[in-house]
Amino acid sequence: MPPRVAVLVFPGSNDDRDAAWALRALGADARLVWHAEHELPPETGAVVLPGGFSYGDYLRCGAIARSANVMDAVRRFANEGGPVLGICNGFQILCEAGLLPGVLRPNRDLEFVCRDVALRVERADTIFTRRCSDGQRLTIPVKHGEGCWFADQELYAELEASHQIVLRYAEDCNGSVGDVAGVCNDAGNVLGLMPHPEHAVDPLLGRADGALLLAALVDAAREHAPASAAADSTTGQASPSAVGAAQGLRGDGSGRALAE
Amino acid sequence: MLVRPKAGILDPQGEAVGGSLRKLGFAVGGARVGRLIDLEVEAASAEDARTQVERMCQELLANPLIESVEIEVQE
Repeated sequence: MPPRVAVLVFPGSNDDRDAAWALRALGADARLVWHAEHELPPETGAVVLPGGFSYGDYLRCGAIARSANVMDAVRRFANEGGPVLGICNGFQILCEAGLLPGVLRPNRDLEFVCRDVALRVERADTIFTRRCSDGQRLTIPVKHGEGCWFADQELYAELEASHQIVLRYAEDCNGSVGDVAGVCNDAGNVLGLMPHPEHAVDPLLGRADGALLLAALVDAAREHAPASAAADSTTGQASPSAVGAAQGLRGDGSGRALAE
Repeated sequence: MLVRPKAGILDPQGEAVGGSLRKLGFAVGGARVGRLIDLEVEAASAEDARTQVERMCQELLANPLIESVEIEVQE
């Protein structure tokens, strides 16, 4: 049975379908979950908060979504160690919900940044980056107006000391403190990043480095919900081509995989 | 209540507004842009109303990492 990944949908989410498409191509059973739900689907192994403009970015981006029904379920899931990935607006929501440190602010130059950016993997020992190597460069697109991650000096020093900075822009992108592109929580099971891995999973579209992160998430989902996998004797065989493709993706960043 | 970018926090919106005013010929030094929120609250006293609004600020209306808040209560 393919591992189940819940992709949340808020009013104004717009990368939910792309995220689900990419996750399915990488062997996951991706389910779209409406924000009004009180529970995640049974046997959910990972949660993705997708990009978009939930609630029109009213008040502060991500601020309104944090009080959606489904966020209580996400909080429980995260507290039990479940893997949670927030992409772009999903990152903003996780920060506002207090599940990740810092906050995303309007880009320093007030420009909407929409292009491929080079990232550096600061830690390859998280569940999200374990298909990468330390210091590896990934090319993944960003598209945001409010991606300037901020933490005050004290908080930033704490996060560096506890190795919670997972991804950095190779060069300044939006004015983020420390060029931070992605941070995780203290336990390492919640990651937020501004770049969009779901837009970089197929070499036909130019880039596939994002598949390194998403395939690792699918692995994590499989490990987090072993009961559901064990219940089915065809464990791991559900989608041979996609699973095989995901397994073929091992840190070389060469972007083969999905087209195979 | 008034929500403002904290002192020392870069305010790109304020900088854009200041720059635009200077372009129009106004002698403006700095500009900071915040947000005004009017709330109607049922409360036993002004103090009670203030306490309620402070809690709202903590939970939703402001982000203490980057914003400062001033509350004014009118009966």
